[in-house]
Formats: sequence, structure tokens, C-alpha cells
Amino acid sequence: MRIATKSNVSNEFRQVVDHDRCIRCKRCVMGCGFNALEFTDRVVPGPEPCVACHFCTTHCPQGCIEIERNPHARREHDVWSVAQQKRILRQAETGGVLLSAMGNDRPWGVLWDNLLLDACQVTNPSIDPLREPMELRTYLGRKPERVEVEYGPDGKRRLKTKLAPQLEIRTPIIFAGMSLGSISLNAQKSLAMAAKQVGALWNTGEGGLHADLRDYADCAIVQCASGRFGVHERYLKDSAAVEIKIGQGAKPGIGGHLPGRKVSADIAGTRMIPAGSDALSPAPHHDIYSIEDLRQLIYALKEATEYQKPVGVKIAAVHNVAAIASGIVRAGADYVYLDGFRGGTGAAPTVVRDHIGIPVEIALAVVDERLRREGIRHEASIICAGGIRCSADVAKAIALGADAVAIGTAALIAFGCHVCQQCHTGNCSWGITSQRPELARRLDPGVRSEMAANLLRAWTEELKEILGALGVNAVESLRGSRDRLRGINLTREMLDPLGVKHVGE
Amino acid sequence: MEIDAQGVYYRQLNEMIRDAVRAGETHLILRNVNGQRYIGAGLNGKQVTIEINGVPGNDLAAFMDGPTIHVRNNAQDGCANTMNDGAVFVHGDAGDVVGYGMRGGRVYVERHVGYRVGIHMKAYKNQSPVIVAGGTAADFFGEYLAGGTLVVLGLERGGRPLVGDYCGTGIHGGEILLRGEYDPWHVATEHIGVGAATDREMAAVRPHLEEFASAFGVPVADILAELFTVLRPKSHRPFGDLYIGRP
Repeated sequence: MRIATKSNVSNEFRQVVDHDRCIRCKRCVMGCGFNALEFTDRVVPGPEPCVACHFCTTHCPQGCIEIERNPHARREHDVWSVAQQKRILRQAETGGVLLSAMGNDRPWGVLWDNLLLDACQVTNPSIDPLREPMELRTYLGRKPERVEVEYGPDGKRRLKTKLAPQLEIRTPIIFAGMSLGSISLNAQKSLAMAAKQVGALWNTGEGGLHADLRDYADCAIVQCASGRFGVHERYLKDSAAVEIKIGQGAKPGIGGHLPGRKVSADIAGTRMIPAGSDALSPAPHHDIYSIEDLRQLIYALKEATEYQKPVGVKIAAVHNVAAIASGIVRAGADYVYLDGFRGGTGAAPTVVRDHIGIPVEIALAVVDERLRREGIRHEASIICAGGIRCSADVAKAIALGADAVAIGTAALIAFGCHVCQQCHTGNCSWGITSQRPELARRLDPGVRSEMAANLLRAWTEELKEILGALGVNAVESLRGSRDRLRGINLTREMLDPLGVKHVGE
Repeated sequence: MEIDAQGVYYRQLNEMIRDAVRAGETHLILRNVNGQRYIGAGLNGKQVTIEINGVPGNDLAAFMDGPTIHVRNNAQDGCANTMNDGAVFVHGDAGDVVGYGMRGGRVYVERHVGYRVGIHMKAYKNQSPVIVAGGTAADFFGEYLAGGTLVVLGLERGGRPLVGDYCGTGIHGGEILLRGEYDPWHVATEHIGVGAATDREMAAVRPHLEEFASAFGVPVADILAELFTVLRPKSHRPFGDLYIGRP
């Protein structure tokens, strides 16, 4: 039961204004979506706490506002961190489940930073990507056991084997699913435009496809999540692929959560729920209680789309993910999407975000190894996601066995996100994760789509440099080549599931 | 047009149905159906009617958008799964998970439905799904209901309770109509508003009761002879106070 007094949880950040240089333009006050700044006769802190989103510091023409950590110094404590103490006090005041957003921020370590890539020296020449073409084109989908070729009536050879539907992408990087509702329409539009421009894919997330984005359906993976928001026949048939979302890395085992204050009239229409209601997706799909049920839904979707679209399955990386992935592939999925515990979200209970799930690096390695050992690796592509930060992470993921990676947070950072973890409030000053029209309109899809496209282009060029250094000219040659990786500062227990040798070996 | 489904694998049967509809057939009669799944999945076209003789398999009318299906027997699980529009008449029982995530259209089941029926159905403006079961429903009826109308009539109970446990848990839109006596502990949570059906609610559901009555040969007067109780959301955010978003 909520205690009805002013909260005693102190603010984490404070704003510091150089009032001598300030020209009283009030851009910072108007810009703050969190009501954290006010203007009396000068810019002063507002009634609500600052969350360090940095919209004000970025847009101040005088550069005279700074964000500092609130200097209420406390004694350091290994067990009772300040953050932990605040969480306890907040819960004592409210009796509720604490929500957070974006991905797990705790110091569990990042395994990409314990992996190093190889390069060619002397015995195998490296390749210059500026001089030789590099093939980064990737096909996602079920591959045949063997490929048979025949001679056509024109005497030329042609493919005899009938292929399952494939997704062609020009670079092995796609955008992760972020629902309309968790992010604004302008943010989704920016992702869709960038995907179309670069020849990649975007993902509708579980909020349906807005009518304004219909032109981008053909490069969209559409999600069929447990809430079945926006899932109708045209949604399925206009898409590039359909993805059954079982779970996501940020909140394994629980369903999607869009707080009521973010369910505007527009969102209510797209999701078909009452405006202002919390859009809680059920924890399981209530028609999937076993692997056979999953197979049933996969084939229901294939029937509904007349077997024209790949149908993939997205799961959170959890214990026994290898066995689960094997089941998913045998259930008929054309790709498996593994989302690690660092994956982002618009809203999740903090304890679930931070303590449930496993790193995607390990999940990827054990799934790839298990599918190979069972002789079914070719039956589905693997997409991995969850804290992919740069092209080096992409290259390492591919070396561990991924066919492609998906990025969520990285794309939002290109939109101005400063990972303040307040998406669930709907007050994002940058207009990325807000449904408030006055905030969402700040995100210009013309500009931001170009920035997201730039990100993909930049990483693609870096991938070419990395591939060239590795002495290969096609991403296919790196795929699953664990021998091109070495572990550093890892124990044997960690190296073994990764299937990687230690540096020096 | 008649299609003999005897010994035909579901994939071929559904291809035949899709080809027929594409060729302009509007009235299909299927004979000797025996458990084939996904009949009508993803099919669209309000002008299409399919009559099923025999028992269809799981996921009948899944993702369907417009056609009408008459089942001259029981249906199995997943009937009208995420159905967008259209009508399904089941002259018998239907299984579990009827109308999961349903978004429009109507499902009329002459007798009993199973578990997890009408979960997270949703509605928007004049697109509002309706499920009417003539007998009883089992646990989790209308869980997480976000929109639409669920009706269970109890015309023939067969010794079962009208609804099972956790009826309407998490309801935040739409309504559930229960005809006659039911056990109050089956609807025992604070966020469900329970009350006698108002005249307006009865007027709104009347056309569906009449459609049910005419399809299954039940006099409408019999249906209306008992009082209806309506379960409505008390709040559009039944779990609103549970989650704390402040930093």
C-alpha cells in the first residue's frame, strides 16, 4: 500500500546551470520531458527528478547546463550499494514491483570483451577491402540438406532443389523488434526507412504494424507475440517474415508490458485495446504449452501465409537454451532468434531484467554446437541479439556461429538515446520512447533514418576491414569459424561452452 | 463445390480450399473431414462459406478474415485462434483455447467449450468479437479480456459448473455474460465488476443470441427466460498500482 508522503528516495542527478552565460532562452526547460526543470527568474531544478537524458545539455546554445551526480556522498558498501538501498526504500514506500527499462546494467561482465579475433600474417595473405569486393550478403532461412542441379531446356544449369523461403539481407545486421508503443511511430519509421535504404530488415515488435508504415512491410519481420497485437491476415501476408515471440532477453519468462500512460489513442487503435489500459502480454502463448504446440502455431502461420514466408521463433537465452533451440528447429522454425540477458526493453520489472537470463555469447555458442552435432544446423538460421555494441561484436558473433545479429539499443543511441532507463515513463525528451505528441514529433525520421542507416553502413565497412584482416572475402567464410577467436581472461569452464581456445594456444 | 477430404493430408486439403476460393468458388462443402488442421487458416472473403462434415482438427479458422464456417460436428482446440472477422458455427462441443486473441467476427458453439477460451480478445470501434457457448466453459474463461463479448448460456450443463476457476481474471475491456446460476467463487477477484445485465447490455447482445438460436434451433424465449449476470472491468488498469515506475 502506497505511503502517502513525499518520497525520501534522493535524486541521483542534479542540474548545474552557469547563470552568467545563460541567455534565458528556456530551451532546456521546454525540452525536458521529465518536468525536471523550471524557470522562475532563472533556470532552476523542477519538481521531478532529473534522469540524465541530456536533452537539455545537447540543445543548450550556450553550453551552460551540466548534469552531475547528486553529491550526497554515502559510504561505499559492497553489499548495500546506494542503488540497492534506494530500491528498498522505494518498495517500502509503495509496496509495488519496480519497473525499469533498457537492458541489464549490472556488472556481470561482457563476454565479447573476453574474445579476440585473429588476423593473417605472412602464411596466409590478408585481403584489402578497398581493392577487392567483400560478400556480406546473407540469406536467412531453412537451407536444404543437399543442393541438386539440373540442365534446363536452354542447356544451362539451374537449381533443381526447391528452396524454402529465404530472407536476403545485404549485411548481416538487422534491427531488433521494438514495438509501436514502447517506441514512437517516428522512431519506428526511422528504423523502417533505414532498413529499406540499406537492404536490411526491421522488426515491428509486438505492437502491430501502423498503417503509415505499410510501405515498409516488405522489409519487416512481423511479430506474433502472446498478446497477438495487430496480428491479422494482411499483416502476415505483406511482411518479409513472421516471428513468433516466445520471450525476450530483457524479461525471460514474462510477457510484454506497455504501461497505460503510453497507450495513446493511436496505440489503442493499432493494438485494439482500450486507451490508457496497460497492454500486458500474457506470459506464455496460451496456445503453446509444449513443443508440439509450437509446431502447431508455426504451421498455422505457414498455412495462413501459404508457405511463402519464413517463420522464425524468438526466445530469451536461458539455461538449456541448446535443447530448446533444437526443439524449435525440429518444430519447423526457419530461424531461431536468441536474445541474451543484456537485451533492452521499454518496461520490465527490474529484478527480472537484471537477474534472469544468460549471456547471448554463450547461448549462441551452445546452440550452434548442439545443432551441428545433431546434424540440423542447416535447417534454421541463427540470429543473435542482446547488447551488440559494435562491428567487432558482430564479427565475433558470426565466428561463434550466428547468421546475423540484431541491434536495438545501438539504433536508439543513434536517435539520441542516452540510456537513462526511463522509457517506461513515456517522458523521453528525445521522442524515442514517448507517445506524447509534443515529444514524439521531435524525432525527425528524415534525419534519424539517415543516422541509423549510417550506423549500419559504418559497421558494414568495419566488418569488411575485419574480414580482410582475417584473409577472407565473404562473411560465409567466417561463419562458425571458432578457430578465428581466442579467449582472454577466461576460465576453462567458460572457454569450453564457447568452444574457443585461450590466447596463446 | 464438394471436396472429399477422405485420406487427404491437411496441407493438400487446405491448398485445394485456397485454390477453389481463388478460382471464385463461394460455397464449399467438405466431406469426411477427420482431424485435418488449419482449415480456413488465413482465408479471407466474406462471400465464402465452408460447410465441414466430420470433425476438423486444431486451429480451425486461425487468422481467418471474413468467411463463414459451419461445423456439423465438434471442433477441436484453437478454433478461431486470432480470428479477425467471419463466423464459425459449431454444432457440438469445441475444445480449448477458442478465440485466443480474437479480434472480430463471431463464434457460436452449440454446447460446451473447454479451457482458456476467449483469452485476450480485443476490440476497436465497431470491430468487436463475440463468442457464445450454449453449454458450459472451463477454467480461465475470458482471462485478460481487452474487448469483445463472451457469453455462456448453460442451456445444458451436464453436471458441470457454468464456468470454471479464474473466470475473467485481468479483464480490462469488453464484457462476459453468464446466464443463470454460477458459483461466485469462480469470479472471485477485486478487479471484476459483477452485476445484473442492464437493458442496454441485453439489447446489444440480443442479435447474437438470436443468431445462436436460429443456428441451433433453440427458442430465443428459452434463452431470455433466465437472468444474465455481466462481468465488467472495474478499471482499465486492474494491475495499475502494482508496478512502480519512478526512478
